Amino acid sequence: MQLSREKLIALENKAHELRRSIVDTVYHAGSGHLGGALSMIDAVTLLYYHRMNIDRANPKWPERDRFIMSKGHAGIGFVTVLADLGYIDREDLKTFNLTGSKLGIHLDATRVPGVDASTGSLGHGLSIALGMAIAARMTGKDYITYCLLGDGECNEGAVWEAAMATGSRRQTNLITLVDRNHAMLDGNTEDVMKLEPFQDKWTAFGFHAQTVNGHDFAAIDRAIGEALARKDKPSCIILDTVKGAGVDFAAGDFRWHYGAINEELAAKANESLEKYHRERVAALEGA
Amino acid sequence: MGIAYTSLDTTKLSTAEVYAHTLCEIAQEDPRIVTLTADLAKSTKIGVFQEKFPERFVNLGIAEQNMFGIAAGMAACGLIPFTCTFAIFNSCRALDQVHTDICYQNLNVKMIASHAGTSFGQAGSTHHATEDIAIMRTMANLVVLVPADGQEAAAAVRAAIEHQGPVYIRINRGFDQVVYPQGIEDFQIGKANLLKDGSDLCFIVCGSAVFSALQAARELEAEGIKARVLDMHSIKPLDKETIRKAVHDTRRIITAEDHTVVGGLGGAVAEVIAESGMGCAFRRLGIQDTFSPIGYHEDLMSIHGIDTNGLITAAREALKMDFEEDDDWADEV
Repeated sequence: MQLSREKLIALENKAHELRRSIVDTVYHAGSGHLGGALSMIDAVTLLYYHRMNIDRANPKWPERDRFIMSKGHAGIGFVTVLADLGYIDREDLKTFNLTGSKLGIHLDATRVPGVDASTGSLGHGLSIALGMAIAARMTGKDYITYCLLGDGECNEGAVWEAAMATGSRRQTNLITLVDRNHAMLDGNTEDVMKLEPFQDKWTAFGFHAQTVNGHDFAAIDRAIGEALARKDKPSCIILDTVKGAGVDFAAGDFRWHYGAINEELAAKANESLEKYHRERVAALEGA
Repeated sequence: MGIAYTSLDTTKLSTAEVYAHTLCEIAQEDPRIVTLTADLAKSTKIGVFQEKFPERFVNLGIAEQNMFGIAAGMAACGLIPFTCTFAIFNSCRALDQVHTDICYQNLNVKMIASHAGTSFGQAGSTHHATEDIAIMRTMANLVVLVPADGQEAAAAVRAAIEHQGPVYIRINRGFDQVVYPQGIEDFQIGKANLLKDGSDLCFIVCGSAVFSALQAARELEAEGIKARVLDMHSIKPLDKETIRKAVHDTRRIITAEDHTVVGGLGGAVAEVIAESGMGCAFRRLGIQDTFSPIGYHEDLMSIHGIDTNGLITAAREALKMDFEEDDDWADEV
């Protein structure tokens, strides 16, 4: 079912709140993975505020849909969702990265409610997600496992071990998403390690692969709907995104993979986010 | 759990077959138990489980990293996955997944690490696992068990299931010499088995070196030398109290393991002795910081001085070291 305009605007508003929260958290932490957090936040917003079956009162609910943030360095983005859902205290965000905090760059599943796996060493998440998907089949549960990978992460051989197994097993209760923000720590992906033809690689590993605008809720939602309907092949949704989306001085610049934000930059970032949000909502209202 | 594998079975079944049959019996009652391998169902004998419970068995092909990650995901969903691959791949190839996905998250994955030490001697150092004890005992949350024979491997599997958290069980390829003909009544994680008492020296051993130590102790006895034998099957947690008592009682400690002398059982025992403040004669037998030559397991045990003769020789040397019989250590260190 297509998302209504009201729902789309609600998602835009939620994503805007979360983006502001990301900038605020990076500001309080002194620095953080701003670029990759902002590129993936729309997809994660859609998952947590529309697609995923979760219990806000019980992050450990056994029937819940699972989410594995394989690009674990985007924890500073994911954590804003967990705070908004009430899994952690919103005030805790101000302790991010500080000594003694339960919140560090790579979220610890044993300490942060709502985190289904501790990730950070890249290339691990898809295997863990596949294990959860296989467990669902073995235990007769119908939850869906979503796994979000970074594009640079796909340099890791272990990603392709997991992809081969997912394709080979036709594990359709696992949905793979890749945040294709075209940049990694040292540069643009195609300069550091060529990924293209990226969609073809996933197709070759036995996936129904789609590429969509990763900042378009309607498009991502349609892709997920299509993925869930496929019973013959597992799906990979490549989210074409902009690293640092919404913050004009960071957008599209690989150097904002990780960076520091002072008060002045935080103000500029928020100003930019307001403009970005207004334009997105206006586009929806005009449509 | 009424499992009854006898010493007769262990002469007919390899150590791996004994653990696999044990696992099948427990799995009949416990639906949480599932198994995974990376194209080593035959070699690790987990194929025995596959035949009985095909729907609870996953073969990931030759991709160990993926297998351990998947096991972590399964454990996070309430299953008790047993991974079955060679010890070298468990401890080296897939260590990042073992460390981060399993140990860091304290997930209930049980790792059967087979073909340990030089038990697959002919295969060369690509397949020997001679560093795994040292590596695995550094992993927080992880229990490390090194059974001596099929009976003890079965006991280790049972104990591992009862333990909540990750466990590494190191077993050999093929048949082990029988150490426990009557089976094991009281196998406890963190508690050494006293196989033979003695006051002149103490062999602290694990895995295939346990049989060597028992034989050596029997032969030494004929010379009037009373050697204590401790089967230190639980490398982590380590039975420190029993080690300290052995130092106190015998003042001559010899460790032996089918593993490098760097950081394994010998290293672990050395740490306990050093921290105890007690001095003693101390020898670590094992692979002397080298890659082992190829060969049959028995021959390699002899080359590395961890067969019966090697232990007897080491015992005689240790006995030449003189220690006072009082409890006053101050004048000796």
